[in-house]
Order: sequence, then structure tokens, then C-alpha cells
Amino acid sequence: MANLSFPSPRVLPALIGLLALAALMAVPAIAPRAVTQDLFGILTLLVLAMNWNMLAGFAGLVSVGQQAFVGIGAYVMFAAVILWGLDPLVGVLLGGLAAMAFAVPMAFFAFRLNGAYFAIGTWVVADIARLLAGQWKALGGGTGTSLPKGTTKDMFGVPLAKDLLHVSSAAAADAVTYWLALALALVMLVASYRFLRSRSGLGMQAIRDNEQAARSVGVDPLRLKALVFLLTAFGTGLCGALIFIQITRVTPDAAFSVQDWTAFVIFVVVIGGIGTLPGPIVGVIVFYLLQRLLADYGTVYLIVLGALGIVVMLFARSGLWGRFSALTGIDPFPLSHRPPAPLRVTASKASLI
Amino acid sequence: MPILSLQSVSKSFGALTVTDDVSFDLAKGEALGIIGPNGAGKSTLFNLIAGNLRPDRGRVMLDGTDITADSAMRRCASGIGRSFQIPQPFGHLTVYENLLVAARFGGAIAAPDAPGHCMDILHRTGLAAVAEKKSGGLPLLQRKRLELARAMATAPRLILLDEIAGGLTEGECHELVATIRQIHAEGTAIIWIEHVLHALNAVVSRLMVLNFGKMLMIGAPDAVMASQEVREIYLGIEA
Repeated sequence: MANLSFPSPRVLPALIGLLALAALMAVPAIAPRAVTQDLFGILTLLVLAMNWNMLAGFAGLVSVGQQAFVGIGAYVMFAAVILWGLDPLVGVLLGGLAAMAFAVPMAFFAFRLNGAYFAIGTWVVADIARLLAGQWKALGGGTGTSLPKGTTKDMFGVPLAKDLLHVSSAAAADAVTYWLALALALVMLVASYRFLRSRSGLGMQAIRDNEQAARSVGVDPLRLKALVFLLTAFGTGLCGALIFIQITRVTPDAAFSVQDWTAFVIFVVVIGGIGTLPGPIVGVIVFYLLQRLLADYGTVYLIVLGALGIVVMLFARSGLWGRFSALTGIDPFPLSHRPPAPLRVTASKASLI
Repeated sequence: MPILSLQSVSKSFGALTVTDDVSFDLAKGEALGIIGPNGAGKSTLFNLIAGNLRPDRGRVMLDGTDITADSAMRRCASGIGRSFQIPQPFGHLTVYENLLVAARFGGAIAAPDAPGHCMDILHRTGLAAVAEKKSGGLPLLQRKRLELARAMATAPRLILLDEIAGGLTEGECHELVATIRQIHAEGTAIIWIEHVLHALNAVVSRLMVLNFGKMLMIGAPDAVMASQEVREIYLGIEA
């Protein structure tokens, strides 16, 4: 009935979403380069957050080792460019695939652990990956290495973007990586939504809530958890490689940073609303605003982030979006499966009798 | 051929033997009740049948096939549905979705048929009114009903019910018995652990008594309840 009297809750968000998407796509053409770079940072953080949200919020896999996939994605992309002479964007794809390949042995160890032990276990494995990256002498070992000058100038799509936008190669490279980040975020959002609405998505949420009971109703926890773990490793690896095209320099400590690629990501998801699809989007906006406001205060910035995280965890466990959604009833990505309309039920009951 | 057959099944936790050489057959469509004092190993026996635990010794057969090595997931797909004594709802999912998971996975019911299947069970178990409520917020009695409903949604040929009648009013208990009799009448075999004897005896045709993990007796309810030994152990009546 609410649907009849207020059609806007369904239509309005879709309209806002489309407008926002159009505006975001136009950014490199209409906004200064610094804005494109800032938004690239926001979008890549959003992709990392959406991946972690799938893991922790929907599959119950609270990983603190996502930096492993960012780092592997980054290192393999660098190897593709420097050692194998490939296009950086091919390197991004290889980076994602390498991260997914690494997730197989990682899952083999980490899936033997549960809850907090799983979190610590993933962290340990990620740190091992960091130490191994430091042994890769061809990529500078512990001190890391840089992308050769002008690498991104010839990158796939850059000459085209250059002609299209009438800007320098560097700005065109920013535009290309930005559009890729936007595409990645969009694909991640749509794919997450479709997966969560599917039979597998439902089974995965059952596993998150109670693995023992899920088994007893015929759900295979190992298969679904492995599927999500591998796919999010792929997404995180792609995103990591893309981020380091922008940074242009890779070191083990930066590429495998638990703070940058996991702690901030957890903050974003928890603030925005873990286990909700819009949560990471809200979280990443709040995070960016805080970063802007507190940029000059150094350590205070981290203290405020931590305090805010604690407040949200204590008083708004469903996050800002969760609270907002509960109060207003607005949910542009409804994940729940509704029972069939009452009429149909009575009809089927009648036919049974 | 019996639907379920346990052959010398034993399980120990450390020095404590919780299931001690239990053997019995359950005929297709039969309803068996299990009684016994707290700690007698009743729920452990369910865990062994449903695959949540593996026995140390002995075999579990379903339709003559050895399923001892099968996981809980496989056994559910093979037709064993269970409820948990302590309700284990999927707390963030709605009551309807709890059933939908069971129907789509364990019941292998196709997407178009699953909603009707689930709603039918929700009506039969009196949960239709709370179908869209998050199951984590339900009071205990409704959680227990959800355990029954979710087990039913897996479309089992053998359903294991673990103390679902405790705490019900007289009227509610009557409804529950009617629901279970209906499940039985549809040909589903039932094993029901219950302390509420009058409810149990309204459904089952045989009664098993467990004590210290051992099967003390199995037979017609009247004969079992009349046994001096059972009265002493279970009802605490002095000889």
C-alpha cells in the first residue's frame, strides 16, 4: 500500500543514481584535474569497501588481509609493465587474476579458522605476502620501484582520451584510470546486488548468520565462502593495480599497507553500514569529508576516525545508512525476498484443499 | 527396507560416552518418540543422524545406503530434515527467507515453486503473520516454530524434531500435535525428542528410552511407560 501512495521511494533513487552517474562520467571533461584525481581516490576506496563488505557483511568473513590482494595486484601490474613490457591495463587484469590465484592457498589456510582467528590468520598471510614482495629483486626488493617515465602516456585508451578531452597525456591518463575506477565501482555494485538476490546470495547470508544451521538445510558453506573469497580477491586485486598506476611507485610497505587498504576500508564500511549495499557509498563520502576537514591536524585525524568508529559501533550498529534506511524506509537496493502477495497464497491454499 | 537404520553407533567426547552402541530401525513413514533424562544423549543422537557429528563407531544407513561419511548438507539433500533444540535461526533474514533458503537448497525446490511451498508451511505452522519479520527478533516460542517450519521446508522424508513442544499452552500444544500428525499423514517419517509425553504419545507409534547414551528400551508407548525400569529412571518413581 505504501508503494501505491508513494511511488517516489522507488523512482527517485533511480533518477538520482542515473544523474549522479552521468555527472561522474563527465567529471574529467568538465572539472579540474585535481577533482578527477580526488574522485579516483574515492572510487577506488569505494571498490575496496564494497569488496570487503561482501566478505564481512554478507559472507561473515571478517578479513584483515585484503592488503595482500591490493599489493599483489600492484606488484604484478608493475611486473607486467617493467619486466614483460605489457600495457599497464593488461597488467591490471593480470594483477586481479594473480590476486585471485593467491586467494586459493590463502583460503586453504584461513578457512580452517573462524571469527577473530580468521581475521588474524588473513593478516598474517598478507604480511607474509608483503615480505615475499620485498624479496622480488627485479622490482627493487625492499625499496620498491617506479613505473618508467611516460608509461601511462601510451597506455591503452590514453591517446583517445587525449584527443577527446584536448588535454595533456598525464591528464588523459588520469581520465582513463578514473573512468576505469568508475566502471569497476558500478560493476561491483550491480554484480553484488544481483548475486545477493540470487539463490547463492541467500545461502551465503544464511551461512553468515549460522553456519551449522545452514549446513543442516543443505547449504554448502565451503563452496559459497570460497566463491566469494576468490571473487572479492579478484576485485580487490584489480582495484589495487589500478590505484598503483596512479601512484606510479610501489614499495612493499605501501602496497601491502594494512592501514590504507584494510583499516580505512573497514572504517568506511562500518560507518556507512555493514551488510547493506549503499553503506560503503555513504561511508566513503563521510570518510572523504573527514579527511578533508581534518587534513591539517595529523594524528588527531586518526583519533577522530577511531572515536567515530567506536560511537557508530556502539550506538548505530547498522551504520549511518542502516539508521537512515530504518527511519525513512528508503532502500534503493532491496535485498529481501518478499513473500508472494496474499491473494496468490489464498488461491494456492484453496486449490490444495 | 527401513528408511533409517542405526547399527551399533557410538560417540564419545573424551572419557564421556554420550552415545553407547545404539542400534534401531525406523520404517518408512514411521513416527518414533525418544525420551530420556537430561544429558541422556538424545540431541547427540540427532546430531549423529543428521550428520552434524560423526560417530566413532557404527554405521548410519538411509534407505539401505551407508551415509555415515556424508556431511549434514548431503544428508539434508538426501531427505533428512532437522530442528535444533536451541533455535538457530538465520537472524538477519526474515522468517520467510529462512524457509526460502531451506526450500531452495535442501529441498531443491525450483524458484517458481518455492514461494508457494514456503507460504503453505508458514500457514500450517502459524507463522504467516510474522513472515516478513527478521527471525532474530522473534520470541522463543516462535523461534521454535520456525525450527519446525524450516525443517519442513527442506521437504524431508525423515524429519527430526528436538523438543519443540516445551513451554506451549494447552491450545498451542494441540495445534502443534495436529500439524505434526498432518506431516506424518503425508508419509514423512518422524523422530521426535520430547518431554511433553501426552503430545508425544498422540503422534508416535513407538517410544525409545535413552539413558547415559544407552538405548534402554524401545517399543509400544504403553509398554515402555509401564516398565518399572523406565518409571524409575525417567519419571523418578521409586520402586
